Amino acid sequence: MTAALPSTGSDQLAAAAAKGVNGVALAVFVFFFVAVTVMGFLAARWRKAEQSANLDEWGLGGRSFGTWVTWFLLGGDLYTAYTFVAVPAAIYAAGAAGFFAVPYTILVYPLIFTFLPRLWSVSHRHGYVTTSDFVRGRFGSKGLSLAVALTGILATMPYIALQLVGIQAVLDVLGVGGGEHTGWFVKDLPLLIAFAVLAAYTYSSGLRAPALIAFVKDGLIYLVIAVAIIYIPIKLGGFGAIFDAAGKAFAEPGPTGKPRGELVSGAGSQWAYATLALGSALALFMYPHSITATLSSRSREVIRRNTTILPLYSLMLGFLALLGFMAIKAGTDIQGNPQLAIPQLFADMFPSWFAGVAFAAIGIGALVPAAIMSIAAANLFTRNVYKDFLKPDATAAQEHKVAKLVSLLVKVGALIFVLTMDKTVAINFQLLGGIWILQTMPALVGGLFTRWFHRWALLAGWAAGMLYGTLAAYGVASPTQAHFGGSSKEIPGIGQIGYIGLTAFALNVLVTVVLTVVLRAVKAPDGVDETSPADYTADVGDKGTTPDLPPATVSSPAGH
Amino acid sequence: MPEPAQSPDTGQVVTPTRVVAAVCLIAPFVAMLWVSSYAKVEPTLIGIPFFYWYQMLWVLISTALTLLAYRLVLREQRARKGGAAK
Repeated sequence: MTAALPSTGSDQLAAAAAKGVNGVALAVFVFFFVAVTVMGFLAARWRKAEQSANLDEWGLGGRSFGTWVTWFLLGGDLYTAYTFVAVPAAIYAAGAAGFFAVPYTILVYPLIFTFLPRLWSVSHRHGYVTTSDFVRGRFGSKGLSLAVALTGILATMPYIALQLVGIQAVLDVLGVGGGEHTGWFVKDLPLLIAFAVLAAYTYSSGLRAPALIAFVKDGLIYLVIAVAIIYIPIKLGGFGAIFDAAGKAFAEPGPTGKPRGELVSGAGSQWAYATLALGSALALFMYPHSITATLSSRSREVIRRNTTILPLYSLMLGFLALLGFMAIKAGTDIQGNPQLAIPQLFADMFPSWFAGVAFAAIGIGALVPAAIMSIAAANLFTRNVYKDFLKPDATAAQEHKVAKLVSLLVKVGALIFVLTMDKTVAINFQLLGGIWILQTMPALVGGLFTRWFHRWALLAGWAAGMLYGTLAAYGVASPTQAHFGGSSKEIPGIGQIGYIGLTAFALNVLVTVVLTVVLRAVKAPDGVDETSPADYTADVGDKGTTPDLPPATVSSPAGH
Repeated sequence: MPEPAQSPDTGQVVTPTRVVAAVCLIAPFVAMLWVSSYAKVEPTLIGIPFFYWYQMLWVLISTALTLLAYRLVLREQRARKGGAAK
């Protein structure tokens, strides 16, 4: 890595960022990276419980987090590095369509307000660590629980991989991503180091590590966005000039000969916009990492309160999205990769040291979700595959050990994924993951409100949704890809273009309802429901709910 | 999509408070999914097209509505708990 020699001087910045290494920015980046690494390892001692070798401690931070920690943790978890890179990149490439992320995150919070407190209560009462734990307990079906668990793991893996893609974008702009002439090892060394560090502190500290690091991550992100949204428009001549330039750029023909994008969603793309926003909002809290962060909170009220303060992040996301337009106006050189738009914009616009802060924000922004995702996937595997199917008599200590190992494996898998396959593969799978995870909603959210659905009907509906979603996504072509070219397709029967995930979800619900009616009519055997109505509204301090849960987990009815 | 948040162990399921809370939670869905109502450039705000600033304004509106729903549900819950204790 001879290119790693420092080259100071902000006048050379643009050239340095494109070709060589920006020394000051890199130094600041490394400084923050080392700082959070230290924090990650120290986190193991933060609010440590006496008896710590179990999944509640490692995988849910002892279920002890209050309103603000939960807020940082969820924010750090949901608004990932990939979000920071991909949302403005989508705006940069196509305009209005990319802004769906804002209505999407607006809709998430009223939605989760209705069902997450119920999930928290029932999980707290029964010691559930994952959504699959709940589905098994509610419907008495290990098969359904396994389907939910595998869907969760499958959907999470590419998501972790995309966090690496986010880091890569930053490293590329920093000039340490390696050129075409460097060997693969040198090229990927910074990424390998970042992930080795991440894996090590997740292993030792569990969920406490990302919870603590999330403070730094979100603090940096808010700082960078606040500065960017004021400083860059001033440099570029105001928002009027920025949107004028964007409007002109979008009007020019793209690869298909049609205009490259739209400044405002036209009549033909409004269904896609709305269904993408709704479908994504429904899917977000089906992801295991969202649930892990939720269940780690101390009380039911913490979650409710959070639905009223989490939208601050949506505002930040909206501003971030606008940066995509600024990159157009600034004429940012993206070297053919729209994902470089934002990191490159920062490198061009900010003084070196602040560009370093911005890159650190994105880089650390990748570590927090990646850690939580790997923990969530590990929890799922441990509880719903290992304990349910492989070793029903596993002790709490064994669960703890297996989960730690699996969290490592998951990360190594994601790393191999990113290093050996093209980036577009990870993006395709992430797209599929969103469609897939939405198919677990009838079992989970349906189950939180009613026991009417039959477990076999839910399984059949899930399978139908998965199959339709996968096939439909496979059939979408784009100018650059023959398959998985996008997430929208004509909705059968409506004739408008809409989000495949939502169409698959509708099919899923339809199959589930019809089959439930049939199965109830023929009196198919129903599973045992171990929950009672009062479980869904229980809060800390209610009778039957202990504030300190770990002992309950050990004897949780997971093996039945 | 949102249903009234609670299904109580006792008492009425549909109370006026809950209806208001439900309306608060449903309103953002109507506003955001009705894309044609805001898919236009004018009026701009400090140069930002309506499409963008209107949706960002809804972040604040929906936050206020969710907060209202939270307060309402909380108040009703406390009233019920207080009533049950006596």
